[in-house]
Amino acid sequence: MAFLRGFGCYLPPRVVGNAEVAALVGTDPEWIVEATGIEERRFAAPQETVATLGAMAARDCLESVGVAPGEVGLILVASGSGERRFPGPAAAIGAALGIPGKPAIDLPLASAGSLFALALAAELCRQYGNVLVIGAEIMSRTVRMDAAGRDTAILFGDGAGACLVSRETGFAEIADAVLHSDGEFAEALRLDLDAPLHMDGRTIILQASRKLPRAIQEVLERNRTKASEVGAFLLHQANLNLIARVAKALGVPESQFFRNVGRYGNTSSASMLIAAAEWWKQTGGRIQAPIVFAAFGAGLHWGAVLAAPRA
Amino acid sequence: MVRNKMDQRTKIVAIIQGLAGEAVNPAPEESLFESGLLDSFTLTDLVTALESEFSIRIPDSDLTPRKFDSIARIQAYVQSRS
Repeated sequence: MAFLRGFGCYLPPRVVGNAEVAALVGTDPEWIVEATGIEERRFAAPQETVATLGAMAARDCLESVGVAPGEVGLILVASGSGERRFPGPAAAIGAALGIPGKPAIDLPLASAGSLFALALAAELCRQYGNVLVIGAEIMSRTVRMDAAGRDTAILFGDGAGACLVSRETGFAEIADAVLHSDGEFAEALRLDLDAPLHMDGRTIILQASRKLPRAIQEVLERNRTKASEVGAFLLHQANLNLIARVAKALGVPESQFFRNVGRYGNTSSASMLIAAAEWWKQTGGRIQAPIVFAAFGAGLHWGAVLAAPRA
Repeated sequence: MVRNKMDQRTKIVAIIQGLAGEAVNPAPEESLFESGLLDSFTLTDLVTALESEFSIRIPDSDLTPRKFDSIARIQAYVQSRS
């Protein structure tokens, strides 16, 4: 058994509106909203790192559920925007939480990283007890803030989200997960060493529009659950239009999808957990219906996780 | 065969017109992206419409914009799957 205990998040205080980004990349602020649904995003301060953002989200999560850092048995950190090749931010987050010695694993999967980490946590909590899942990204440092980087600069923001998975208690039980990877389109979305983020947006949207709803349907069908029975869909927040596509493909209203991409932009692996944290704080963790997590990103990696209210 | 190709082209143009919301008639080699008739999201609708209209299945491995960037390319692809 694996349970969701709660979520947390951290968003840097600096708000960057479309007017500021549009001036740097030479486009129209209104066009950014039309193309993406994004109205503003957050940028980390110069002294902040992926690890400091992740530690802030982790503390928010642990405080929200009343669990001391010392009760965490394992840390899983998803990030594709770490400051160096190694070590990744996981061990630094453990140190920042005051729990050096606890195993901390990096998952540099970018956008689908926190979903994969959540699925792994559901398995690993049996051995490690409380597993802290974190997605933390400083995407603003990966993109070009000029006309050549327009198509990526308008999308991304910085932030971190966290989730505590436990084998003993929680507001929802993780029932199932489907995970997929396909390297055939690895070149379409990548962050090479010493180069800005490269994204073939058309290919990525085309692939995501198909793979995301298919993964959600796969996990729902496997558990004899209809999309209409799902209380909330908590997706990677990449683009408002993409979320609308997924809703349409599943035949459910967009209102079933929690959306905050308009305020934070695409924060890659952090976005799904930031959305979950805001949704969880709104609902107080009281749910009557299943919830579905889903993400798609570089790799390609994609999948869905189903959680159900405790019986 | 010639009539079949003409029918295919007519159906493809009709799909493009439906997506564009206007009676456009792009040249066979004209880039549908450069001309603004297709974007990232209508491309997804185009693929779905092609599958339905021509009773073909387009595998994920073929989902690249280059294959669908002009009427001529779309027609060549549909013929390869028919």
